Amino acid sequence: MLFTSYSFIGFLAVVLAVYYIIPKRFQWMLLLLASYVFYLFAGAEYLVYIIATTVTVFIAGVCIDNNFTRQSGYLKAHKEELSKDEKKAYKAKQKKIRLYWLVGCVIFNLGILAVLKYTDFVISNINGVLSAFGQTGEISFLSLALPMGISFYTFQAVGYLVDVYRGGVKAERNLFKFALFVSFFPQLIQGPISRFGDLSKTLYGEHSFESGTVSRGLQRVLWGYFKKMVIADRVLVGVNTLIADTGTYQGAYVVLVMLLYTLELYSDFTGGIDITIGIAESLGIKVEENFNRPYFSKSLKEYWRRWHISMGSWFRDYIFYPLSVSRPVQSLSKFTRNHFGIAVGKRIPVYFCMLVTWFATGIWHGASWNFIVWGLSNCVILMVSEELEPLYEKFHERFPATRGRAYQAFEVLRTFSLICLLHLFDCYSVSNAFKMFASIFTVHNWSILFDGSVLDLGLSALDFGILAAGVVIMLSVSLLQRRGSVRDRISRRPYPVRFVVWYGLFLIVLLVGAYGIGYDASQFIYNQF
Amino acid sequence: MNQNAKRHPWVKFIVSALIVVLTLFLLQCLLVPKYVDGVVEGAFIAEYYEEENKDFDVIFIGDCEVYENFSPVVLWENYGINSYIRGSAQQYIWQSYYLLEDTLNYSTPNVVIFNVLSLKYGEAQSEAYNRMSLEGMRWSSSKVKSILASMTSEESFLDYVFPILRYHTRWSELTSADIQYMFSSEKVTFNGYYMRVDALPAENVPTGKPLGDYSFDDNAWKYLDMMAELCEEKGITLILIKAPSLYPYWYDEWDEQVVEYAEEHGLTYINFLELTDEIGIDYNTDTYDAGLHMNLSGAEKLADYLGDVLSEEFGLEDRRGDAELDAIWDEVIAAYREEIEAQYELYGIDKTE
Repeated sequence: MLFTSYSFIGFLAVVLAVYYIIPKRFQWMLLLLASYVFYLFAGAEYLVYIIATTVTVFIAGVCIDNNFTRQSGYLKAHKEELSKDEKKAYKAKQKKIRLYWLVGCVIFNLGILAVLKYTDFVISNINGVLSAFGQTGEISFLSLALPMGISFYTFQAVGYLVDVYRGGVKAERNLFKFALFVSFFPQLIQGPISRFGDLSKTLYGEHSFESGTVSRGLQRVLWGYFKKMVIADRVLVGVNTLIADTGTYQGAYVVLVMLLYTLELYSDFTGGIDITIGIAESLGIKVEENFNRPYFSKSLKEYWRRWHISMGSWFRDYIFYPLSVSRPVQSLSKFTRNHFGIAVGKRIPVYFCMLVTWFATGIWHGASWNFIVWGLSNCVILMVSEELEPLYEKFHERFPATRGRAYQAFEVLRTFSLICLLHLFDCYSVSNAFKMFASIFTVHNWSILFDGSVLDLGLSALDFGILAAGVVIMLSVSLLQRRGSVRDRISRRPYPVRFVVWYGLFLIVLLVGAYGIGYDASQFIYNQF
Repeated sequence: MNQNAKRHPWVKFIVSALIVVLTLFLLQCLLVPKYVDGVVEGAFIAEYYEEENKDFDVIFIGDCEVYENFSPVVLWENYGINSYIRGSAQQYIWQSYYLLEDTLNYSTPNVVIFNVLSLKYGEAQSEAYNRMSLEGMRWSSSKVKSILASMTSEESFLDYVFPILRYHTRWSELTSADIQYMFSSEKVTFNGYYMRVDALPAENVPTGKPLGDYSFDDNAWKYLDMMAELCEEKGITLILIKAPSLYPYWYDEWDEQVVEYAEEHGLTYINFLELTDEIGIDYNTDTYDAGLHMNLSGAEKLADYLGDVLSEEFGLEDRRGDAELDAIWDEVIAAYREEIEAQYELYGIDKTE
């Protein structure tokens, strides 16, 4: 059930109405039921995977939590009898038990994800190696179907378990409440990857109907539909045309691919998250923000703090940090410090952890080399930036004017260009990405930008006009957001103004949205991850 | 309004709701196709409801092979038969059935004439044709069933309920006609008959390519059964016809199945393709598109022949002399003659020839 389908809008209307009619203590149960109904639309056969993840992580969480309770109970009861060393030994033993639960459960769940998502990728690589060595015969692909939202709910569940293991949150004792945390329908298919400590504060609460809260949430949903249906689904037509024919669309067309795809990805993903957060808000539930005006970032490092925040922080908290403090990396650190000195030696383990994290980030986005290279390219740029940081500092000290607004604008533009460039790996295979990038300098066809050739890409002059207007609107909203919530500012205006703004936005989506016959109903890009 | 709204919050709500409903209604009226020029076929179905007197003796149902091939004016003028054609482009048999069901809500004719070409379709082929057959129907259970039976995989029922969802992008192609005909439209047919006076001889008509399977789909048979049952239940004579269009090709194997069906069910089946000499159809002068459809000359010849059959074999009475019907037909005939003159001029035809 696509967020942009009539059936989803009908489904949401029914859920919202029933949610505020039934006794408040049943609200979370309704959400669980709605989430599973929503999931059923993707195919009943996929339910087994989400149920397996829910049950295994729930049991592991409870066992780890019980172990904590048992440990503190035991230590309290034997406070006087045990020596310091005995207490330490007991704690270490208990920690090992908890670790077994954690590792076993994580391996099981990431194993499901790995088998379903990466088996064919592994097979294709084995086939490639075999063929390189002149072996005939290929291993057949398994073509396993990927359950909806598996990358998101698996990471969310694993994140919860690690938090329980670290003692950061208490395990949820109600299986059905935990099932809701894993399957909460607005964020099931494209995130954000919520933390249990954040989401559970409002997910299970009792929420009274407040017209202000509901309408505020729906306003955000409408804004999300504007981004998705007016901009993303319109620009998609042109992007698909351009990347489908790498023989024809080279040179200046590649620049167009970079710009249009960057626009599509932004409007599609942030639009989807606006819909998610808006739905949750209208239900009285707070889902953490996933974006913070990312295209205004002045460096790639800053960009990754502002784009897909929940994913970035997940990889940071559950891969980068644990890996950094792991025994092998600590040994590596000791070794490099001894052999290369403190300055260089302390950076090597960090960069190693970054490489692993970005490799994981890349492959999480898709089981293909272009995503891995995309992830590693990000990593290399971040490492180079890190190395050049002292030089930047000196440069800024020597030229104080670089602290000014003009230079900041240049930095924003530079970062944006870099992001556009990296998106080539999203659009093409690795070899094609390099080839297409090179064509920008070797194929001199800049006249296509002015001679009407771009109107043969499936987008009319009117479409380009709508896209330009859409970009101006999104840009204006982003600029206004620097001074606080735009919805808050609108809400302070007189009713007729508010009515014109929101009803006007509704009419724009209704009349200009790329939906219905003639437009392919498209998935949100991040649904595929 | 602000002070008032604070005192009475429901005033704000009602005014807002009214504005929303009104603007959406107006936008929908503006955006839906008007079918007054270019593709006019989408206007045919709705015109029936504008008829003040729906007491028709004969109802034709079917595709372009009925609405372009038979002139109800000739049936009236020569035989006093009051008829109406409920035809639409590529009307599928399930649409014909539900259209008949819908028509019977208004009156019960003596004879229903159904053109059998649509038996060749077991499922809908095109959303555009669905629209032209379904949009004009007034809302009823028949319309709902017809939509549900017709929708292709890309269509949504909601798009029929709120056509603005389907036509939301038409704002970029609006013409003055969309504003002129926002709330009402001009008739483009004469009791469902779509007139063309020009001629294009039928030359090099392609023969049918051999088919792997000549059997009609079960779904098509199902609706023909339902149509026969409905007519029997209402005491209506159902006549099956195959209009004398040379293309789309009508296979002998198809014809045999219809002949067999008609015999089994005691129905009359008239294949006009076999009667062209008797009727006097000349494919050099009686078709306007090289044999696909009749022009005015061909449609009048066919209607004259059919009128004779209906009067002689089915005993339909001559209703000329009924003051109310005479008055109605006088108007139709006047408009009919006017259109003929206009088309002669449009196509540069010398009417003395």
